[in-house]
Amino acid sequence: MLATIAKRLFAAIPSVIGVIVVTFVLTRALPGDPAAYFAGPAATTEAIEQVREKLGLNASLPKQFVRYVVDLAHGDWGQSHSTGQPVLTELAQRLPASLELTLCALAIAALVAVPLGIVAATRPGSWIDHTCRIVTTAGVSLPTFFTGLLLAYIFYFLLGWAPAPLGRLDPYLTAPPPVTGFYLIDSLIAGDWEVFVSSAKQLALPAVTMGLFVMAPLARMTRAAMLGVLTSDFIRTARASGLAKGTILYRYAFRNALLPVVTTMGMVFSFMLGSNVLVEKVFAWPGIGSYAIEALTASDYAPVQGFVLTMAVLYVLLNLAVDLTYTLIDPRVSLDG
Amino acid sequence: MTAATIATAPKRPSHFRYVVGENPVTAFAFVLFGLFVLLAIFGPAIAPYDPLYTDSAAALRPPMKGHWFGTDSVGRDILSRVVVAARMDFGIALAAVALSFAIGSALGSCAGYFGGWTDRIVSRGSDTIMAFPLFVLAMGIVAALGNTVGNIVLATAIINLPFYIRVARAEVNVRRNAGFVEAARLSGNTNARILLRHLFPNILPPTMVQVSLNMGWAILNAAGLSFIGLGVRPPQAEWGIMVAEGAQYIVSGEWWVALFPGAVLMLAVFCFNLLGDGLRDLIDPRRRT
Repeated sequence: MLATIAKRLFAAIPSVIGVIVVTFVLTRALPGDPAAYFAGPAATTEAIEQVREKLGLNASLPKQFVRYVVDLAHGDWGQSHSTGQPVLTELAQRLPASLELTLCALAIAALVAVPLGIVAATRPGSWIDHTCRIVTTAGVSLPTFFTGLLLAYIFYFLLGWAPAPLGRLDPYLTAPPPVTGFYLIDSLIAGDWEVFVSSAKQLALPAVTMGLFVMAPLARMTRAAMLGVLTSDFIRTARASGLAKGTILYRYAFRNALLPVVTTMGMVFSFMLGSNVLVEKVFAWPGIGSYAIEALTASDYAPVQGFVLTMAVLYVLLNLAVDLTYTLIDPRVSLDG
Repeated sequence: MTAATIATAPKRPSHFRYVVGENPVTAFAFVLFGLFVLLAIFGPAIAPYDPLYTDSAAALRPPMKGHWFGTDSVGRDILSRVVVAARMDFGIALAAVALSFAIGSALGSCAGYFGGWTDRIVSRGSDTIMAFPLFVLAMGIVAALGNTVGNIVLATAIINLPFYIRVARAEVNVRRNAGFVEAARLSGNTNARILLRHLFPNILPPTMVQVSLNMGWAILNAAGLSFIGLGVRPPQAEWGIMVAEGAQYIVSGEWWVALFPGAVLMLAVFCFNLLGDGLRDLIDPRRRT
């Protein structure tokens, strides 16, 4: 098992290299002169030239690339001009907020989409099946930022069920002592029920918004995979042998349909990391997405680069996790192939 | 309709009618698509007001006679802005998809046809793009190249490239040694000619489905980028920007500012997705889901 993990980690290296090259190219293509930025508005041309020399911007591109990689490895991801903080520290502070939101959204989506897909597949042509088709097509058409606003309008302004769409916690409460950075877990560890309820309420709308968006591909894939499995010979044999319906459906069919569903979850995660940015903006969620937007509007480039890199690395890691779960779900899958 | 022509040339009308007749949703999507195209072409001519004309005395009016969709914070007519924005959004999406279709299918065909190093380089490149969360990559590209509409088109085209490369590569790869290709080669056709005249028409049907599905994503993507302040600049009318402008008013109850552009955007994307499904039914009945 350890050997397969190591092998798969090794296979992820080319994607990581590709990601670093692309972010480097993006860094160099960015508008504005970083040297002028660092030197300050009152700097003379000479001072700017000195800063440029110090930053190594006069070196050849390959040299600059090596320097960039070395800096990254040392944890030096540049500094944010608007806050004056190192980018890596700020990203690390804000990452748990984004992860909590994304994982909750994924859980919501999977809990709704997978059963919906199974039911639709067992009764093809029924009204549930048609609902499934309409929901899935409508779901992928939803602009996340718009559904978020719509939900905020309905549940905050009209019904008053949800708190104001501003941040992770009621402003009168203090955040739980950080252990994992996930407020839901930290508040439970601290035994603070009030904070837990408040953060769950704040989390509900943004998580549902994101969940709605990814529900569609998940439901669609579950349905397709289940349909494929249910028509196969071994299911017919199981039926003919008189096994109970539930046993056939869950022990035999669903376990075999799980593989493509997990693959889709990996793909869906790419959408989620993207829509994260939009949802965070709508709900003023203090994650890395809103951090990147703030930096973008201030033409502060280092945080944006750090953000793109973080997201890409997260995505590579996730794909790794997906591949590893394959071996758990299906012993026939070997990672050597 | 090239796609249908190729897939079912001998009995096209009956097959088309059969698929559309069996699935009225597809017919609906075709009609809706036609309406959107008309809107994009004639939008500025049929908009009741100048989309940029401000009137602070009539700011934030709810929908009423004369202003069917209400007015925004500086008194611009929202209906007119929504109508005019159709050309902008469709233009961006169309340009981006056309670009990634042209480059992606060319690269993918070459990779599938020549194999070897060409294949390795192209596949690596496309894998690298896919290693990013796509919207995030688009953000990075636009931030790096500069905040213009042209760069939005470019960024959207780049993040869609891998899909075309994959489809084209797979379709060419299975046919590269097919009888008709061998025959063309034996009769002295050059590689370029075989690719263009003999293989390219074969990859059109699946790529056309991809185009239609991609149009929806491209619109969503462009609107999303404008929503976070990249690309299209205010006061230019564009659906994503209009939703962003309405965002701050929705929590105080002025729902119409964001709702109408958002709903039209949703409808446009919905239409393209239905169209994509419908086209797939027409072209490849086996893959119906």
